[in-house]
Amino acid sequence: MRNEKSTEEVARGIRARVFEHTIRNNGGYLSQACSAAEQLAFLYNEALNLGPSTMPMVPPPFSGVPSASNTGYVTGAGYNGPFDAVHDRLFIAPAHYALVAYACLIEVGRMAPEGLEMFNKDGSSVEMIGAEHSPGMEVHNGTLGIGLSTAAGLAWGRKRLGHAGRVCVFMSDGEVQEGQTWEAVQAAAHHGIDNLWAIMDVNRQQCDGAMDDVMTVGDIATKFRDFGAVVAECDAHDLPALRTAAATPHPGRPLIVLAHSRPTQGMESLMSRFPRLHYVRFKSEEERVRMNAEIAAELGVAPVPLEAH
Amino acid sequence: MDMVNRPYASAFEAYAVQHPEVLCLSADLTSSCEIDGFRDRHPEQFLSLGMAEQNMLSFAGGLGLAGFRPFLHSFGVFLYRRPYDQLMASIAYPRRKVRLMGFLPGVTTPGGMTHQAIEDISVMRTIPNMTVLEAGDATEVESIVAEADRVDGPVYCRILRGSVPRLFDTPLRIGRMRVLAEGDDVLVVTAGITTEEAIRARGALARAGVSVRHLHLNTLKPFDAAQIVDHAASVRHGVVTLENHLVVGGIGSMVAEALAEAGLARRLIRLGLQDTYAHGGSRPYLMRYYGMDALALVRAIEQLTGHATGIDEGALEAVRIEAVHSAVKAEAL
Repeated sequence: MRNEKSTEEVARGIRARVFEHTIRNNGGYLSQACSAAEQLAFLYNEALNLGPSTMPMVPPPFSGVPSASNTGYVTGAGYNGPFDAVHDRLFIAPAHYALVAYACLIEVGRMAPEGLEMFNKDGSSVEMIGAEHSPGMEVHNGTLGIGLSTAAGLAWGRKRLGHAGRVCVFMSDGEVQEGQTWEAVQAAAHHGIDNLWAIMDVNRQQCDGAMDDVMTVGDIATKFRDFGAVVAECDAHDLPALRTAAATPHPGRPLIVLAHSRPTQGMESLMSRFPRLHYVRFKSEEERVRMNAEIAAELGVAPVPLEAH
Repeated sequence: MDMVNRPYASAFEAYAVQHPEVLCLSADLTSSCEIDGFRDRHPEQFLSLGMAEQNMLSFAGGLGLAGFRPFLHSFGVFLYRRPYDQLMASIAYPRRKVRLMGFLPGVTTPGGMTHQAIEDISVMRTIPNMTVLEAGDATEVESIVAEADRVDGPVYCRILRGSVPRLFDTPLRIGRMRVLAEGDDVLVVTAGITTEEAIRARGALARAGVSVRHLHLNTLKPFDAAQIVDHAASVRHGVVTLENHLVVGGIGSMVAEALAEAGLARRLIRLGLQDTYAHGGSRPYLMRYYGMDALALVRAIEQLTGHATGIDEGALEAVRIEAVHSAVKAEAL
């Protein structure tokens, strides 16, 4: 399924929606839109083979957690299309990127804009940290490091079942601090799981600030190769480079695309907050008003009318 | 007593070969969990995940998502202590049909603190969507494989390995406790290896004139509180629980909760590990040292009835001695 928009337009739309949401709500995962907009746009708009959404455009309310008695339970994965042998599956491993992922779903026509209005509202399925039942999500990934392992298991199973569809994981670079990430790569390499690939947003930021200050991780490309993956590196904001990297052959091994990104791409005004970028909450009304004007100008959109909220 | 060698090995293989969607996963304890023969004979159904339990649990969640029913084999303690987050997020929450086969429950290993799953029942039973089973003899080890695989969701099983006594001639059925004696002085509730201890004590207790009602549990969650309460109501002096586990959070706690919620006033003595770690040693030594054996049960019953029975170690049937280096075990552990 291909969207009407170009991938560049989808990426621009993601930044604009997350910007608008963050200004209105005086907080949001705004930097993640800067670093990851092209990656998610690329995945949804061209890289992944996804069928049409099986879910309503306006997300249904929260309908309970999985239990023996909750027989109608479904995950949010239907927004990515049907589960069949030919289509790909996508996990958003850093579940706090949910706001960015929801914005992407809207841009590619899989969710109505009203969906974002439900973000982090009580009783909504459009949760702040993407849950299984949130649009576009299939498994819980709120604790970082578990996504790649789960995807490796699913990919092994799909290979055994003869599925043509692949399994893709959108990852964040902070996850390389978790030991489980390395366990997952070594297992995927050991078992020759080559229908598995990941695209990692290497923005070099984490909750406490710049990764180099919080915990040095060294040369992650070499580390991934040493653990058995095929690694391709590219500029995360260069779509032709992303395409080339994602097309890297990786027979018998998982592919990890390291997409080197900038945490303020498209919104350079955010650099005034560096390194406090993980969750942007404006320190004062003055800062909010200034950022509204400056970032809107950078994005080429109108400032968000604040008095309406 | 009829002893059965490696009942899990043959039961798992017989079952798994009939069910291609069952996968055998191991975390470098393949022979220690009696699945080495299966690995050698059915490599296409076997996945080695190495010493990396966090990945193994999430990986198994992914296999479940693909429609497989992985059986995870390791020492019980390694299936939940380190990978608890993965157990929650990748297996329990989404109700994956993952079968956690926990070997060496409680003090059945001389491996000491790091190897002894002494709080597994307490952890597992608080996890929503989880089913918790415990095998108490060779027949239950044999039948737990197919029974666990019937569960629509994840299941944790305490498995006995090596040379295992055969106490029962009917298979384990989820939710069906075994009523082994129907006396009316005291109720004794046991599970796993403590059932054998209670059986050892029962003969001597009967000769001393104590009428014991004895329940053997193999399904710890869901827990049949109503039946426990009914049995507790039909004895004169009270209840003793005897478990291969900490008394807090395990069977002692479950029985206490059942009695309290029903408003049934019965004295309760909980035998097992009393807010303590164990250390490395033989099973009979540890059961004696921590007050989890037949003699400890006799003393608890005397406390409830208020009468000395005169029973000493000599009056109990001989403790079954297992050689540490047994031919049916892969290693000394």
